[in-house]
Amino acid sequence: MTELSHLPATPRTGLRRWYRGRPALPAKRVQFDQPLLPWLFLMPQLAVIFVFFYWPSAQAISSSFYLEDPFGFGATFVGLENYGAALGSGEYRKIAGFTALFTLLVTVFSLGLGLLFAVKADKIIRGRATYRTALISVYAIAPPVAGLMGMMLFDQHIGPFVTLAGWFGWNMQVGIDYWDTAFALVLVSVWKQVPYNFIFFLSGLQGIPASVREAALIDCRNGLTRFRTAILLLLAPTAFFLLIINITYALFDTFAVIDVMVKDKPANNPITLVYKVYSDGFRGNDIGGSAAQSVILMVVVLILTLVQFRWLERRVHYG
Amino acid sequence: MKRTFAMAAIAAIAAQAAHAETTAITWWHGMGGANEQVINQIAEKFNAAQQACAITPVSKGTYEEALASGIAAFRSGEQPNVIQIFDAGAATIMNAPGATIPAEDLLAQNGHAFDREAFIPGVRWFYADAEGKFVGMPFNSSAPIMYVNDEALAKAGVSAPKTWAEFAEIAPKLKEAGYIPMTASQLTWMFFENYFSRNNVEMASNTNGYDSFDGTRLLATQPQMIAFWTRLKEWHDNGLFGFYGAGWADNQKPFEEGKVALWIGSSGSFGGLSQTASMPFSATFMPYDETAPDGDKSTFIGGAALFAFSGKPDDQNACTADFFNYLTTTEVQAFYHQATGYVPITTAAYEKSKADGWYEQHPQAEVGIQQLMLPQGEWSRGYRLGFYPQIRVIEEREFNKLFSGQTTVEDAFKAIETEGNELLSRFARTSG
Repeated sequence: MTELSHLPATPRTGLRRWYRGRPALPAKRVQFDQPLLPWLFLMPQLAVIFVFFYWPSAQAISSSFYLEDPFGFGATFVGLENYGAALGSGEYRKIAGFTALFTLLVTVFSLGLGLLFAVKADKIIRGRATYRTALISVYAIAPPVAGLMGMMLFDQHIGPFVTLAGWFGWNMQVGIDYWDTAFALVLVSVWKQVPYNFIFFLSGLQGIPASVREAALIDCRNGLTRFRTAILLLLAPTAFFLLIINITYALFDTFAVIDVMVKDKPANNPITLVYKVYSDGFRGNDIGGSAAQSVILMVVVLILTLVQFRWLERRVHYG
Repeated sequence: MKRTFAMAAIAAIAAQAAHAETTAITWWHGMGGANEQVINQIAEKFNAAQQACAITPVSKGTYEEALASGIAAFRSGEQPNVIQIFDAGAATIMNAPGATIPAEDLLAQNGHAFDREAFIPGVRWFYADAEGKFVGMPFNSSAPIMYVNDEALAKAGVSAPKTWAEFAEIAPKLKEAGYIPMTASQLTWMFFENYFSRNNVEMASNTNGYDSFDGTRLLATQPQMIAFWTRLKEWHDNGLFGFYGAGWADNQKPFEEGKVALWIGSSGSFGGLSQTASMPFSATFMPYDETAPDGDKSTFIGGAALFAFSGKPDDQNACTADFFNYLTTTEVQAFYHQATGYVPITTAAYEKSKADGWYEQHPQAEVGIQQLMLPQGEWSRGYRLGFYPQIRVIEEREFNKLFSGQTTVEDAFKAIETEGNELLSRFARTSG
C-alpha cells in the first residue's frame, strides 16, 4: 500500500469505504470505443441478478399485499393486513425472539471456537496437516446430513447424547422440550460452521508477517496481551467478513439442520423465521402471509447489513 | 430414484419411437421408498396393458411437497396431468374448481362407466363435493388402527381394549408387566380428526365444512374432546401413555422394540412393521369413546387421492381417464392393497383379496378396511377445511406443549380453535 500513499485521501463514503477506503488503481486502464460494449459484458451478471434476485423480490413484495388463492384464481388486495397478521401474532414474535437468540449463540460460538482452534493449530508444527484436515473435514458434511447426525445423536430412544445427559441427571427430551431442542439445534449448527471459520482464521493467521510477530514479541512478553493487541487487530478484516457470513449462516443456511432435526414437524419446537416462511408458504400454501414474512426478513437483513458496514466496519483496520 | 426415472424416461422415449401415436402423460406423487416402487410398478403395468398412452410417475418428495410443486407448476402452466393430494390438502385443491377436472366428469366425458356404489362407504365422501360427485380419485387410503404387542398382553393377562374405558382398566396391568401401555403416532390424525369421526362428533360447522368455506368454524373445544384429552393427559402423567414427539417414528420405534403394548398407527404401517417389529403383533380397531352417545363409527379415510389437472389437451385427458379407469379395476386395487397395506377402495377388490386367502396369512391387513366399513355417522364422512395443513401445525404445537406440561387441555384446545378459525376465515377470503 505504501506506493499509493502519495494519493490524496478520498472521502470515505459509500461504496468506496467498502473497498479498503481508497479507490484501487486499475492495473491497466481500458478504454472502450463503444459506450455500449461494457454493458454488454455486464449483461450476463446483471441478468442473473435480475432473474434470481430482483424479480422474485418484487414478486414477494407485490404478493405480500394480497390475500391469494393458492392456485392463483383470485387475489384480494388487503394492504398491510398480512404484515399486521404476522407482527401481531404472539407466535411470530416468539419465533423472531428465538431467531435472534439462535443467531447470536451460533455466531458467537462458531466464531469463538473457530478462532481458538485456528490459533492452536497455527502453533503446531509436527503433524500439522493431519490436525488441520481433521478440523476442516467437517465442512464437507452437507447441512441435511449434519441434521441427520444430530437427530440420531439426540434421539430419545437410541441417542448417545441423551444417555450422556442422563448421567448428569438431565432428562433430555429433544423434540418435546423446547429448550432441549434449542440446545441440540445450536450445538449441531455450531459444529457445522466451526471448520469454515477455522479455515479463514488460519489463513488469516498465516498471512501475518513473521516480522510483525517478532516485533510484538520484543514489545510484550504476555502472550494473551500480544494476541489481543497485535494479532487480533490484524485478523479484524477476516473476523468482520466471517461475522457477516456467520450471521447469514445462522439466519438462513441452518434451515436444513432445523428441518431434519424437527423431522418436518416443528410442533412446539424452536424454529427460525426462515423456517416459518417455508412452513406457511410451502406447507400451508398461504402465499400472501408467507410473502409478507419474507419481506420483513429482507428488511431485517438490510438493516443488519447497513449497521454492520456503518458502525462495525469503521473499526476494522485493513493492513 | 433418479435411475428409475431415467429408465422410465428412456422406456417412454423408446415406446414413443415404436408407436408414434402414443400419448405421454405425467403423474406427480408424494411417495418414497417401497411405496414409490409400487407406484412405478402400477405405471409399468398400465403402459404394458395398452399402447395408446404412456404414463410417467415422478416422485415430488412428501405429500406436502407434492402439493406445493403442483401449485407452483399450475401457476406457471407446467402442471402434470395427474397429481396425488393428501387428505389434509384436499380442501386446498377443491377450493379451486378451475384447477381440476372432477374425476367423475373426466371418466364420463371419455366414455367410461362409473359407479359410486362400487367404492367402500368410507372413501365415497372424503374427496367428493357436497353432492357426492367424486372430484378426486381415491387412491391410497388408510385408517388409524391399533397394533397390539401380543406378548405384552399375554404377560399382563388382558385382552385388547375396544373402548377407552377398557383401556383405562387394563393399562395399569400392562404397566405392572413392565410395558408402556400405549403410544400413538400423529396425534392430529388419530386423536383429533378421528376422535370426531370414530365417535360421531361434529368437527366443524357447515357440515364439517362441506357446504361452504364461508363462516366455517372449527369446533375443537367440544366437551367430549376436552374430556377425552383430559383422560389422555392423566394417562400420560401416570405413565400409561407415552409421548415422544410429533414425528411419526418417535412413537412407532418403542413399539417396534417391544417396549410398548399398544400403538395407534396407520393401516398402511403394516408392511413396514412386519419387517421391523421385534415381537409378534396383531391389530384391531382404534378404541372408541364409550361415553359418546352414538359412537363406534367408521373413521375418516386417510392417505391421498389423485386429481386431474385442467388445462391439458383432450388426447392427454383421455389418457388420464383411461388411467383412472384402470386404477379402479379389481386386479390393480387388489395388487396395490396387498403390496402396500393400504386398504382396497372397492368392494370387489376386498372380496378378491378375501378369495385370494390374503387375510388368512395377514389378518392385520384386514383391520383397516373393516374399520372403514363400519356404519358411518353424520360426522364421519369427512371434513373440508382450508389451510388445514397449517391448522395441523397448530395442533402439533399445542399437543407437544400439553405433554411437556406447558399448557392445560382447555387452553390447548382453545388455542387450536381460535387460531384455527383465524386461518379458516383467511382461507374463505382467498377464494373471494
